[in-house]
Amino acid sequence: MLDPDLIRRTLELAAARGADLAELFVEDVRSSSASLDDGRVEELVSGRDRGAGIRVVVGERTGFAHTADLSAEGLAATARVAAASARGSAGGGRRVVLDGTARAHAAPVRTDPGTVGKADKVELLRRADEAARTGRAEVSQVAARYGDVRRRVLVANTDGVFVTDDLTKTSFSVSVVAKGDAGLQTGRHSVGRVAGFELFDVAAGGYDVEELARTAAARAIRKLDARPAPSGALPVVIAGGSGGVLFHEACGHGLEADLVDKGASVFAGRRGEQVASPLVTLVDDGTLVGEWGCFGIDDEGNLARRNVLIERGVLTDYLYDSQQARKAGRPGSGNGRRQSYRHLPMVRMTNTYITGGESDPADIIASTEFGVYVAQLGGGQVNTASGDFVFGMTEAYLIEGGVITEALRDGNLIGNGPAALAAIDAVGNDFSMGYPGTCGKDGQGVPVGMGTPTLRVPSLTVGGTAS
Amino acid sequence: MSGADLDDLAARLAERARPGEHLEVAVARGVSTSVKAYDGEVESFTSAESFGVGIRVLIERDGGLSQGFAHAGSFDPDVLEETLQDARDNAVFSEPDPFAGLAVPDGRIAVPQDLWRPELLATSTEAKIELALQLERATRSGHAAVKGVRSASYGDAASEVALASTAGVRASGRSTSCWLSVSCMAGNEAETHTGYGVAVGREPGALDVAEVAEEAITQAVRLIGARQVPSQRLALVLEPKLAATVLGIIGSMLCGDAVVKGRSPFADRLGQAIASPLLTLVDDPTDARSLGADAFDGEGLACRRNVLIDEGTLSGFLHNSYTARRAGTVSTASAVRSSRSLPGVGPQALAVAPGTTSYEQLLAGVDHGILVQSMAGLHSGVNTTSGDFSVGAEGLMIRNGALAEPVREVTIASTLPRLLLDLVGVGSEISWLPGGSGSAALVFGEVALSGS
Repeated sequence: MLDPDLIRRTLELAAARGADLAELFVEDVRSSSASLDDGRVEELVSGRDRGAGIRVVVGERTGFAHTADLSAEGLAATARVAAASARGSAGGGRRVVLDGTARAHAAPVRTDPGTVGKADKVELLRRADEAARTGRAEVSQVAARYGDVRRRVLVANTDGVFVTDDLTKTSFSVSVVAKGDAGLQTGRHSVGRVAGFELFDVAAGGYDVEELARTAAARAIRKLDARPAPSGALPVVIAGGSGGVLFHEACGHGLEADLVDKGASVFAGRRGEQVASPLVTLVDDGTLVGEWGCFGIDDEGNLARRNVLIERGVLTDYLYDSQQARKAGRPGSGNGRRQSYRHLPMVRMTNTYITGGESDPADIIASTEFGVYVAQLGGGQVNTASGDFVFGMTEAYLIEGGVITEALRDGNLIGNGPAALAAIDAVGNDFSMGYPGTCGKDGQGVPVGMGTPTLRVPSLTVGGTAS
Repeated sequence: MSGADLDDLAARLAERARPGEHLEVAVARGVSTSVKAYDGEVESFTSAESFGVGIRVLIERDGGLSQGFAHAGSFDPDVLEETLQDARDNAVFSEPDPFAGLAVPDGRIAVPQDLWRPELLATSTEAKIELALQLERATRSGHAAVKGVRSASYGDAASEVALASTAGVRASGRSTSCWLSVSCMAGNEAETHTGYGVAVGREPGALDVAEVAEEAITQAVRLIGARQVPSQRLALVLEPKLAATVLGIIGSMLCGDAVVKGRSPFADRLGQAIASPLLTLVDDPTDARSLGADAFDGEGLACRRNVLIDEGTLSGFLHNSYTARRAGTVSTASAVRSSRSLPGVGPQALAVAPGTTSYEQLLAGVDHGILVQSMAGLHSGVNTTSGDFSVGAEGLMIRNGALAEPVREVTIASTLPRLLLDLVGVGSEISWLPGGSGSAALVFGEVALSGS
């Protein structure tokens, strides 16, 4: 992406006033999307964003500057600003040695979306629109979106890291509005993978957009008769897949070393302790090929890794970026990520999931006398300091006498991370990964994956209006 | 490059339109800095200059216009050329739409806005760093129960934008803004609570360090001892900041895109009573008190005052030029956008008309209620199409007109249409918030609290 000699000179300039670490992060992102709404393909958008972020670390202080100007002059000016911002003592310059060429990583892509005609992408939208509406008079509105993005990054630093990564992601989502006597309801389905246009190659195990659209439509229509969700503490059975949001919020964020270090996590100082039910083994894995949160290297040039965070209920490790790892005097865990070259990296999750258990999902439901079955989760949010977390239910049902009965209206559930984890009393054998997510932290969004088998929490507070 | 050069760049690109082609170009440039302080030291200092260009192309086809858009983060001539070609190419593949088109100047004269403060650009790096350090210190040492400051930061931005189109639009503007924010933790051995403080202004002199620290400390400290309470129905009190957030959600349901595409429960309620007569809701970007104030909207039309709810009656929706044409009306100059996006629709300075009751009097009038100070899951438990509203909440019980014990791990639920009708009190003091909206404290008669 850049001439090695220019990279070396830029790093030397950045480190000229003294630096424990100087780093150059170069990013080139090309995106294209098409969206259909109200029966019409109405937005085709292309984006191009390219730039560099230069980070200089002196002790506990980080100087950072970024630019869209990748010329020698632009990079030199940015390196000087970053160096000045880190306020190193003058004269501590160092010689930078980089291996001849960057070590290249790339995620496999069978059909580069850049080679696929826009007409083919638009055709997916039309098929989804028609499939959602056909035979369903209740469907009053359909929106569908196709998107692909290719992100190429280069990381080089004064420790000799010199690597590149090349990720292509493709995604598709459908949102349906259904209209009934009691008003409007919504249903949504989305898929996305680190992959190319083969995402839609049904013969090769890809997704059928018509099927996705029918699923979204069915979700909206089922909710037309939904009753208000109950209000109060109840057993909650969470379906496999998107239920992984529960762990992302209930403990994932609390295991990020920066929050632990600042005393902002209920899981601080608990390594080696039983923090969850013995049924729970929690893994964060950036190496899961094709999953939404995977990569070859993180945004600091460290290899993606599989990290076991909780093993049979015992807290085994936290997640680290380079800075937190240096502070703790240990190797990083490959979790230093950033939204773009305009952002500083920090500790982030990748693909977070709990491993499969032994219960038959049908038995988990059948053994629940009265409760809520959450078939699809929306997003969530956590206060890591108190451990209180919420997640949304966008498709949920009552369980009465061990049987799934009426559909429930949308709402949030609230619980406390350590309490909910400890209480989990059933984990199914039907593990699957959920929909592609975007995780927000301190104003930065990064793509993450989540997964879980069906499981039960004996008591969560359901935020409905029915008494 | 000076501001005039930005105007020229937009105009020159717009002049590249071919016969039968309509072109709109938005360009933006900005500089920004941010300082984060932690534990008495600078944790990071960030400095940046950024560029943005967004090009919208509409081509005439089959009785309508088909639209394409492309954006880039550079003014490099090769990149600009590629962006224009991408936008053209995209236009070929979207469908002709009889309502598509650029905004046409409507003769309204823009109310000039003075949004640029040279004082901000003249502020030294050292002074900015000192603000962040002061904020961290003031928060850390402001109360014995404060256990730590997760982050204290100062940030600022100075940006210039220009818009030009083949429909004759020429608009430009520049603005400065800066902010302080802090997140602190307070508690004891057994529990930790979090509080946030934030302030935004056009220049550093407008920021009050002590006030921001106090806001964060108060929020965190008053939650110490918070417990889950049993499920119950009770009144809901929102202080101005959170009230504005909830009103912002209502505002989004009154936007043209949701209305013309049948995604708003209020779509066919124009002229009807949808809220308590206590509620008058106005979006007025010409009000200089709002940080969302602006002379032009995202399509270059002069910003104007729009009344959405007038003493409880739904009196209007917000429109950009597209949603207005579809709805058979005119744009309310409510196009919102960045150079990276097509113009959407949204409020810029949404505010409630103040009532006559002070905050203290409002509280005194509540026998059994909850003052909610923060909500979680606004993105996951609120559905603006179905109207469902369910959020995680922290706050204080209100008993016999006085604040009582702290509460956590509960949810508050109702529906958005119900909340509007249940409004029973509007405070007399408006606070203007970072996003541009303004509100007074609000009291809602009854919501469902879910707890133990």
